Amino acid sequence: MLQQSKIAIRMLLLFTLVCGVAYPSVVTGLAQGLFPRQAGGSLVRRHGHLVGSTLIGQRFRGPNWFHGRPSAVGYDAAASGPSNYGPTSPALRKELAANLAKVLRENPGVRPAQVPVDLVTSSGSGLDPDLSPGAALLQVPRVARANHLSAAAVRGLVLRQVRGRWLGIFGEPHVNVLRLNLALDGLRGR
Amino acid sequence: MTVPGVLTILLFFAVILLITKPFGGYLYRVYTGAPTFLDRLVRPAEAAVYRLTGVDPEQEMSWSTFLLALLVFNLAGLLLLYAVLRLQGFLPLNPRHYPGLSPDLAWNTAVSFATNTNWQAYSGEASLSYLSQLALVVQQFLSPLSGIAMLLAFLRGLTRRNASTLGNFWVDITRTLLWVALPIAGVAALVLVALGSPENFLPYVHVTTLAGSHQTIAQGPVAAMTSIMQLGDNGGGFFNANAAHPYAAPNAASLLFQLVLGFSVPAALTYTFGKWVGDTRQGWAVFAAMAILFLAGTFAAYHFELAGTPALHQLGINDQLGNLEGKEVRFGPALSTLFDTSTTAVSWGSTAAANDSFTPLGSLVLLFNLLTGEVIFGSWGVGLLGMLMYAILAVFIAGLMVGRTPEYLGKKIGAYEVKMAVLTIVVPTFVILGLTALALSTRAGLAGLGNPGAHGLSEALYAYASGVGNNGSAFGGLNAATPFYTWTVGLAMLIGRYPMYIPALAMAASLARKQAVPASAGTFPTHGWLFVVLLLGMVVVVSALDVFPVLSLGPLAEQFARTAGGAP
Amino acid sequence: MSSRTRRELPFWNGPLMRRAAGDAWRKLDPRWMFHNPVMFVVETCSFLTSADAVRYLVQERYASFAFVAQIALWLWLTVFFANFAEAVAEGRGKAQAAALRGTKAQTAAKLFVNGEVRSVPSTQLRVGDVVLVEAGDVVPGDGTVVEGAAMLDESAITGESAPVLRESGGDRNAVTGGTKVLSDWIRVQITANPGETFLDRMINLIESQSRRKTPNEIALEILLAGLTLIFVVVVATVEPFAIYSGRAVGLTMLVALLVCLAPTTIGALLSAIGISGMNRLLRRNVVALSGRAIEAAGDVNVIMLDKTGTLTLGNREAESFLPLPGASEAALAEAAFLSSLSDRTPEGRSVVSLARHRYGLSAQAYSLHGATFHPFSARTRMSGVDWQGRIIRKGAVDAVAEHLVAAGGPDPGDALRRMAADISRSGGTPLAVSENDRCLGLIHLKDIVKTGLKERIASLHTAGIKTVMITGDNQLTAQAIAAEVGVDDFLAEATPEKKLDYIQQEKARGNLVAMVGDGTNDAPAMASADVAVAMNTGTQSAREAGNMIDLDSNPTKLIDIVEVGKQILITRGALTTFSVANDVAKYFAILPAMFIPIYPGLSALNIMHLTSPQSAVLAAVIFNAAIIPALIPLSLRGVRYRPAGAAAILRYNLLLYGLGGVVLPFVGIKAIDLLITALGLPGLR
Repeated sequence: MLQQSKIAIRMLLLFTLVCGVAYPSVVTGLAQGLFPRQAGGSLVRRHGHLVGSTLIGQRFRGPNWFHGRPSAVGYDAAASGPSNYGPTSPALRKELAANLAKVLRENPGVRPAQVPVDLVTSSGSGLDPDLSPGAALLQVPRVARANHLSAAAVRGLVLRQVRGRWLGIFGEPHVNVLRLNLALDGLRGR
Repeated sequence: MTVPGVLTILLFFAVILLITKPFGGYLYRVYTGAPTFLDRLVRPAEAAVYRLTGVDPEQEMSWSTFLLALLVFNLAGLLLLYAVLRLQGFLPLNPRHYPGLSPDLAWNTAVSFATNTNWQAYSGEASLSYLSQLALVVQQFLSPLSGIAMLLAFLRGLTRRNASTLGNFWVDITRTLLWVALPIAGVAALVLVALGSPENFLPYVHVTTLAGSHQTIAQGPVAAMTSIMQLGDNGGGFFNANAAHPYAAPNAASLLFQLVLGFSVPAALTYTFGKWVGDTRQGWAVFAAMAILFLAGTFAAYHFELAGTPALHQLGINDQLGNLEGKEVRFGPALSTLFDTSTTAVSWGSTAAANDSFTPLGSLVLLFNLLTGEVIFGSWGVGLLGMLMYAILAVFIAGLMVGRTPEYLGKKIGAYEVKMAVLTIVVPTFVILGLTALALSTRAGLAGLGNPGAHGLSEALYAYASGVGNNGSAFGGLNAATPFYTWTVGLAMLIGRYPMYIPALAMAASLARKQAVPASAGTFPTHGWLFVVLLLGMVVVVSALDVFPVLSLGPLAEQFARTAGGAP
Repeated sequence: MSSRTRRELPFWNGPLMRRAAGDAWRKLDPRWMFHNPVMFVVETCSFLTSADAVRYLVQERYASFAFVAQIALWLWLTVFFANFAEAVAEGRGKAQAAALRGTKAQTAAKLFVNGEVRSVPSTQLRVGDVVLVEAGDVVPGDGTVVEGAAMLDESAITGESAPVLRESGGDRNAVTGGTKVLSDWIRVQITANPGETFLDRMINLIESQSRRKTPNEIALEILLAGLTLIFVVVVATVEPFAIYSGRAVGLTMLVALLVCLAPTTIGALLSAIGISGMNRLLRRNVVALSGRAIEAAGDVNVIMLDKTGTLTLGNREAESFLPLPGASEAALAEAAFLSSLSDRTPEGRSVVSLARHRYGLSAQAYSLHGATFHPFSARTRMSGVDWQGRIIRKGAVDAVAEHLVAAGGPDPGDALRRMAADISRSGGTPLAVSENDRCLGLIHLKDIVKTGLKERIASLHTAGIKTVMITGDNQLTAQAIAAEVGVDDFLAEATPEKKLDYIQQEKARGNLVAMVGDGTNDAPAMASADVAVAMNTGTQSAREAGNMIDLDSNPTKLIDIVEVGKQILITRGALTTFSVANDVAKYFAILPAMFIPIYPGLSALNIMHLTSPQSAVLAAVIFNAAIIPALIPLSLRGVRYRPAGAAAILRYNLLLYGLGGVVLPFVGIKAIDLLITALGLPGLR
């Protein structure tokens, strides 16, 4: 009993050093050396200022930006999370209806049947950086109008930002909202 | 179902099928001391570990010593982790100056990580320092080792004859750590970084967004943690949203890689098992039973998730992507569902989508996977061990039906073995149903439910099934941080792990003492399709019979109540 | 020896059934029920529902009372049926015991006291006493014949009326109390005290209420108790879940669910299966001294069978005369004929018979006055005749060769030995024949394999059981016969030590070994074997060493015994599977009934479209109860066993009892529901 306990404690301390100190240090060192951009959080700068991470969704308001999905945590990137509403929850119904109403209000002329499901549902992380291509295209008329750009130009912008399924199979086609808005910003600036 | 969706599931599983044999063979070599390509690097390290800790690697242990070593090692780890969580406010690597966790939450979390459950009543990025996260990483390395050691002891019991010892616990965990966990986790962490996950110890980043608002972006050693939490089937993610978080799984490729990591050891162990008992067909039979359960559940869940919910149908929107509430666009319904059925089957517990928002029948699949006792691959060692318990019961019935005292792999299954196997099934059922009933009959329990009605029942049931099964995933709406749930789920996690070890090890010891019976035409063969069917039947019937009533009032009621409600 | 079976009692035997019903009623005593956890739970449930019914009656809620009272009635019937099954099985055993006891009337014994015969009651005899038993006397107790020989009628025990010989010395010296001496007299040394005799043990065994459970039965009971325990928890937690969901379901519904889920079918029939297995063996005239032995018989994977008497007819027959070069076949035949005239052994007689039939020789043709016959002796290993100057000898090849050399003749040489080896290789036994100093040739004696045996050996092989032939023959002969019979292995030139070694080797490999023995020298091997069947004709020590006794002394029956052992296990396994498989349909009957008041949408689960919640629950409970008496005949008879590989048997039984067990209750419950709805039973709406 005593002998096994002694071994247990020695082994725990040794393995704690190996797994808790050596392992993360080595991995972090190598990662910073080999893949500095990713290891640093895939941050994006514009005019020298940090504007976010391409991986992390952020809130866009107003008609002149493409809007991301509803977020249960208000795009708080220090407190991720989903809505956790059950499929039959009355709160969910209310929320979905409100989300849909907002989309229809902000994008006049759009019929409910044109609204892709990602625009009315909140994501698993609350930080979903992406939209389905349909959800982005739906916003083209509004964004073009608000920015005084031609719908065709904005539409082309969106289509260039569409990323397909990985290997043509895995995942769904998507558009990164931050990248899209950065590109939009570039188009505007020209 | 869509073509890419179906291909996603099938191609992914083909990869698992491909790695099972080579990786399982590698594990077999590691545990039998045969040469491997890592030896030159690792053998000296192994010797150093034994020297530093005073282990005699040649010394064999009786089952009680083996159990003692395991329990003491786990207890020590649990206490150390508890101390770090409580004291994190005074410890370094705490850029956000988070205070120590409350006693309930620290206890719940320490139990959770020591038992390989990784139930997260806390929110990672919002309450833990980097040091605490690293302390969790340590347990993510160490807790699966015990599972492997358990399995190895059991396999020795199956194959040894007239023996009284089951191997050496310290050797088993040391080899697993040095030859399997550390090297793979290290490489995998770099792959994850390459695929986009951050790996740093920087303070959280404050940015002014494009639209002009402010955002604080959590940082940290995400890849290092994600790598071992997937490989070790731990499931405790760096972030609250876990694998749904874009830092944890930035794209489909990263998520698929994590899926493969999670499956790799449990799938490979079926082959190792076959090698161990001298007939790889035995391993493939168990693999087949697991694969069928997994694929059937996954396709069913995918179907339901893609079909969507009445709440969405009623809006009249374009819901081609199905029930996307709680799911990420980059993954879509197929990959999200695949990941979450995998998380409940293989018992890692991280989720790429909100289980709480799954359709009723989709969540029925998740619950069923948990309620089988996490034997559909399951986590390191214990998943296969649980399946072998079912196999022993299946063989017992089959043995009677062919007119012989039942035997499995040459060992006669007597009253003692049946008693132990029954215990491993009775105890979890007691705890899951008992605690769920308690939660639903007390004010404290009811207060923590995040959803009303039948769905609330599912939430509580899921919590205890996840705890007892040492899974760690949750119907996230449940307020797990209340004292009621931290203590009861903590209890469930403890009972789900350690008391289950006792009958399994006792049975291993009893089997080791036995003489082996040579197989003959009168022996029921446990490597063919008939056995696979029997094993499937055993798992499905035993688990379904236990939980049919409660599932009727949970997911089934939710499903049919709303259908009856007139919604299309 | 015949392997007759005792007449089987018809299943529907009036007095037996009446007695069983009475016993079943008495067994409702909870203290008795406690030994069967599954049925104890059902009885507890019966009490609870009965109390509930009374409560409704007192509250004058007559519709509820009618429903609950019917449930209670059927629950009581479930328990009653279970007890009835056990009582029927026991009753059939008792009927057999009663028949045996009839022979156990007290008799007077002629005890030797200081050389004088004194008459004492048989109950006063003690081990070591020596008694005289004369023609017409009943043997007063089990014992060994120490002097004399007599013909005995053992029909009281064996059911076989042909008289048998018992004599001192050798392997036929055991007598059993209750048998009758028909002619001559014997002195018998008593080997069992009153109450411990063979007959007593048999009666006890059959009657014993406290039958010891076999290992597999215990294991199965644990599994069933575990399942029951799980269902107790499952059902107990339904109420809090239901209350959370909006409405309690009530005691009767819960109890009905519990009883239907618990493995009542197998729980009710388990002990009946075990008891009836023993009875089935007894019907084949085999007494198993423990249930454990029967179960072990089903597990046996090596069977050791004596060649002579078991695989082959006891007697070898002369098949042909093979003259050496230079001798004529006729001369050889004549010499063989003459040398065998005084040889009364079956082999000798078969030589005479062959010579008579094939060469027309007849004893009348010779005037044998003055002939000196030499009977076979173990010393010379030869028999023969000296007649008119002719010295004719017949015997083992080596013995005859020695005899010739001693007589100054030439050694018959390699030619003879080669011919002898050829005969051995073909499974025969060579006997050399010589006249004066010259060897004439060989007699080919052949073993006759019993008819139908090859098929049985083959079926054992299919069932994965290794058969081993034991013989005193030499290696070559043994090999040839082994090949002819189809056994998997053989043990040639077997001695008691070799048998013991062989058994221990097999056991070391993890095999279970069965053997048959009769002689005293078999006892060590029998004690070591897992299943040892002693022949009733065998010695007392062999009978003591065995764990089963074959009253017919038919060694081939070992195969039957193995089959009965397997049948018991298969019956248990099949009914367990059936019982658990039934739960699926019962769930679909009861769960919707329970939960529709809470969630009307759950009527989707009422896939059988049962009339009302009450009729659904009652139909399930009735089905659950009625299936027990319906399966009593099957559990007494045992499910069909056909020798086949394990996978084939399992596939068949899984389909029949597993799939059948899923489907049948759907049909049954639906039918009962239609029936009780049509009958308009009260309380179902």
